Amino acid sequence: MTLSNRLIGSHTQRIEDLRLLRGRGCYIDDLKLPGCLYAVVLRSSFAHARIVTIDTSEALARPGVRAVVTAADLKGQIPRIPLRMHAHESLTPFQQPVIAGDRVRFVGEPVAVVLADSQALAEDALDAIAVEMEELPVEASAEQAPIAIAYAGTRGAAEQVFAIADYVRSASFSVQRQAALPMETRGLAAVWDAEKEQLTVYGAAKVAFANRDILAKMLDLPKTSVELRELDVGGGFGSRGEFLPEDFLVPFAARLFGRPIKWTEDRREHLMAATHARDLHCAARIACRADGTVLALAATADVDVGAYMRTNGSVSARNFAQALAGPYRIAHVHSSATIRITNKTPTGTYRGPGRYEADFVRERLFDIAARDLGLDQSTFRTRNLLRPDELPYAFPDLAPIPQVTELDNGDYFETFERCKADIGWDEKQLLQGRLHEGRYHGLALGCFIEGGGVGPSEDARLVLHADGSIAVHVGSSAIGQGLETVMAQIAADAFDLPIERFRVFHGSTTDVANGQGSYGSRATVMGGSAVVMAAERLKELIRTEAASRAGCEPTDIVLIRDAAVPPDGTPLLFTEFAELSAEATFLNSRNTYSYGAQAAHVAVDPRTGRVDVLDYVSVEDVGRIINALTLHGQAIGAIVQGLGGVFLEHVSYDDAGQLQVGSLAEYLLPTTTDFPVIRSTALENYPAPNNPLGAKGAGEGGIIPVAGVISNAVAAALASFAVEPNVLPLSPQRVWELIQESRHAGAVRSPKGQRE
Amino acid sequence: MNETRPTCVNGVAVAIDVEPRTTLADFLRHRLGLTGTHVGCEHGVCGACTVLVDGAAVRSCLMLAVQAQSCDVVTVEGLSSDEALSPLQASFRRNHALQCGFCTPGILTTAHALMRDEPDASEERVREVLSGNICRCTGYVPIVNAVVEALRDARAARGKEAP
Amino acid sequence: MKLPPFRYERPASLDEALSLLAGSAADAKVIAGGQTLLPIMAFRLAAPSLLVDIGSIAELRGIRIMPDRLEIGAATRWCDILGDARLAAEHPLLQAGIGHVAHYQIRNRGTVGGSLAHADPAAELPGIAAACDASIVIAGPEGKRTVPFDEFFLGALTTILSEQEIIAELHLPRWTPQRRWAFLEFARRSGDFALAAVALHYLKDDSGRLADVHVGVMGVCDRPCRIAAAEAILNGNEPSAELVAAAAAAAAAAVDVDDDLHASQAYRRALIAVLVERAFEAAEMRGG
Repeated sequence: MTLSNRLIGSHTQRIEDLRLLRGRGCYIDDLKLPGCLYAVVLRSSFAHARIVTIDTSEALARPGVRAVVTAADLKGQIPRIPLRMHAHESLTPFQQPVIAGDRVRFVGEPVAVVLADSQALAEDALDAIAVEMEELPVEASAEQAPIAIAYAGTRGAAEQVFAIADYVRSASFSVQRQAALPMETRGLAAVWDAEKEQLTVYGAAKVAFANRDILAKMLDLPKTSVELRELDVGGGFGSRGEFLPEDFLVPFAARLFGRPIKWTEDRREHLMAATHARDLHCAARIACRADGTVLALAATADVDVGAYMRTNGSVSARNFAQALAGPYRIAHVHSSATIRITNKTPTGTYRGPGRYEADFVRERLFDIAARDLGLDQSTFRTRNLLRPDELPYAFPDLAPIPQVTELDNGDYFETFERCKADIGWDEKQLLQGRLHEGRYHGLALGCFIEGGGVGPSEDARLVLHADGSIAVHVGSSAIGQGLETVMAQIAADAFDLPIERFRVFHGSTTDVANGQGSYGSRATVMGGSAVVMAAERLKELIRTEAASRAGCEPTDIVLIRDAAVPPDGTPLLFTEFAELSAEATFLNSRNTYSYGAQAAHVAVDPRTGRVDVLDYVSVEDVGRIINALTLHGQAIGAIVQGLGGVFLEHVSYDDAGQLQVGSLAEYLLPTTTDFPVIRSTALENYPAPNNPLGAKGAGEGGIIPVAGVISNAVAAALASFAVEPNVLPLSPQRVWELIQESRHAGAVRSPKGQRE
Repeated sequence: MNETRPTCVNGVAVAIDVEPRTTLADFLRHRLGLTGTHVGCEHGVCGACTVLVDGAAVRSCLMLAVQAQSCDVVTVEGLSSDEALSPLQASFRRNHALQCGFCTPGILTTAHALMRDEPDASEERVREVLSGNICRCTGYVPIVNAVVEALRDARAARGKEAP
Repeated sequence: MKLPPFRYERPASLDEALSLLAGSAADAKVIAGGQTLLPIMAFRLAAPSLLVDIGSIAELRGIRIMPDRLEIGAATRWCDILGDARLAAEHPLLQAGIGHVAHYQIRNRGTVGGSLAHADPAAELPGIAAACDASIVIAGPEGKRTVPFDEFFLGALTTILSEQEIIAELHLPRWTPQRRWAFLEFARRSGDFALAAVALHYLKDDSGRLADVHVGVMGVCDRPCRIAAAEAILNGNEPSAELVAAAAAAAAAAVDVDDDLHASQAYRRALIAVLVERAFEAAEMRGG
């Protein structure tokens, strides 16, 4: 089957913009729920404590308060949230309970839920809940903390190689705790119909089907009795949508009290309750030949996952273990990531989980080695970059849950050379390490791969309505990435009809039978491919229907736009058919790997440590471009998030496990003036071999190499100080301190590389 | 009993009849049902709640509804008609200056005020003015492009209209 | 983060506002722009039972140029200062500093009085007030009194204002056109609170020697202040790189803020030294 390829690949303007630009979106807090009660969660202010008593009597007496839910209402059976991905028996003890039972384990853990006539009245009553807690010792650092599980990626025999290699170098690296921080906080609205025994929950995102299954089980309801509906969603980035305590507590309260319940998270609680990310610290080693050929790479990492294993808490450790070598030919790899339990907010996925960290470690080691061996950064990489004829190339073996996967196809040199050309790499080399108008200039570059198109399946259902419009139902979730438009483009090209004829419905459990959702850069690949399949089936149904009316064979029918034309030439318009619907499930067990290169030019003010990113360039091959506008938007957005992670963002805790970022004045997000120059180009020269679109998942590539590229650029700029920017974030103070330490240690080099 | 104060929202006279502690943002969203104005932080940092009060861009989470007495309030809903997007909104769409759309209303109102008050604003000035609006999705480049393009188009349109 | 409950009054005159404060059993707060107070209340760090809104009191608005001083009403907003064309010549340092305050939307609401009452040691307006020897006119039950800035601002978030008093005006000495000046701040992002900032102005006599030097700093002590030691090094001397570096070092030595979440003491010392040097360079370039 071939697609007409008119909308696919184009700069199709988004359908969802028409309502979003007018302020006519419907996000969860916009939903009016007549007769509802408002829920506000009381959260622990201790990092680790035993709950001695909870007295809700005073709170219940406060104006407008109707009920207060505590663990007692669960009658000794507090459900624990299962892992959605990579479940393993060793992780079961660390599952998060939906409400604190006898113990709180992080600041922000839910202790009670107040239900009142308004959110304000519920909040007023919080301080009336008397909770007596007995403080317990706090595990504030991952270093010696209890282990949940350890992932390891192994290829060859790295230890043996380190013993004999010409050049071996070690270094320690640290990627700070970050948070996805979508602009919309979480929210839920639950309605229980006691008569029909039907629960409807609004505010789902990302993985509505999995959450429906988890919730149904927790409430002891059949899946058919639970409906999760996705509305407009204000960003996700891997964080929003996973099953968290409130996803149980709000529906539970709705059923218990027979009233609709609305919950809107505020920003203060989002910072402590919504899932954090990254927080990986490692010791790493690289072994090379004198000519820069990388022989072995090893890393031993600790991941501070916080107090509990959330639904996807393993992913970053697992990806770090698996993807340390990136797109390079490294025969011997041993990467381990140990997940440790501390008394902090639990972590999970955030764009490029584990890969952002892995690329930082690897690319830093590459530049350290290049410098030590007297090679330039570009040559070092081309010496080790996989060639097209070496693909497919298997990833290291992964344990304890194996996954057999390989880099599929591509020309990593093409994107690398294009990236170099775009930033003007060769011409700008004379700036490296030079002081110009009070600032040191530096450039760096790096290559990356992005794993996407995660299986196993996705559903789509297309319905031809009597008015001739076609409804496209997908299991994929919209989180702001333009899903509606992309799916409509794919369907529109399949039918060769204008995009206005299509309406896309997404992410709700009512849409398709077995959706999976949007994560791991899978929506376009999986959902889009399911749409392609369902479109073909619907076309087949139309042909069959037309054939039976025209008295011919379905193969005799030709579909031309919105008409089915039989051999006698009398077209039957789609509007003449009764409602027809077709479903399809796209199955896939092979990840896709889009890939590319990024480069940066920075200028560092040595007196303040401030780093200005003068130019940032990215080139990525995504297999097939479906919507050029939205793809570009994903790249720029991801890169800026990556830059925020390198320079600004830090979820910090003190030694007592107290969260030190309580507002957006403390968790610093990038703004318009921070990174004004970002340039990104997409290629589509190597379509994915595993799906009818040829598309590769492409929403996360932009963020993955940023930390490595920037820290290398800073190191290049400050070459005369021999600094090693191995600890993120590179705040101005940290950069300044690196320079001071270097001065102190007398390690300042003259530009020719001689130690002074 | 709450005192009732008059105000005007998107050209329509309404009564502010809420508790003093109700922010302008919550009054607009929940009392008037104008949910286009979004609340992203409730402490005056993110800018998603920006509306125009007597023409000036203000954070509606940092204003009490009662403080809007006798003011002219314009929200994102008041920036365009049912028939067409405003030129600024159309530029946003062309430039893909929104993804999840949550911060967008606050950026539109802010940009609207800027365009009206500083029709010759430079790209640098656009960045500076929008630095009080946080977007997590777009990385800002398309937003700045959209506003700069709208300013340019507006200047060209004025140029054509001049005798 | 809904606000705690409170009563709200919107007096039309300063006298009315004062009597509301006097009658409120010490649990009232004055609100003008609310850009600082409302976030504090949203975090429930303050829960006054009465808010007295002085935003529409006419006698608290206005920027008046008097023979020997500038009088700025407490309810004057940042946008009023930035939009007043007279101030480009009448007080360029003030306009430059206020341009750094927060963000565009905040500048449409935040006020001079609000900033002074909040007394953040890193804020721009208190820093300019310190650097320019400002005085504050305070209205209270006993009438008005004028207090020099150094006596008004006692320490971080602490002023001499009692719960029954309202800031009425800020007075700045008239600016002289021959003054050279610069306002420089260092913040993580545009609009963030300064980690350190300098408001510098001075004269040069006919022989090119520095005179009447004012080195005002923000964010590095528990209050914005002039660094006398730095001024003493500069006054009476011809500027040179070594001289300015010595003054910068004196400013660095004066830093007494401990390490905090935003910056270490050592880093603040380095910052203020750089800012003093660069402010001086900028001021020199500005001079005729």
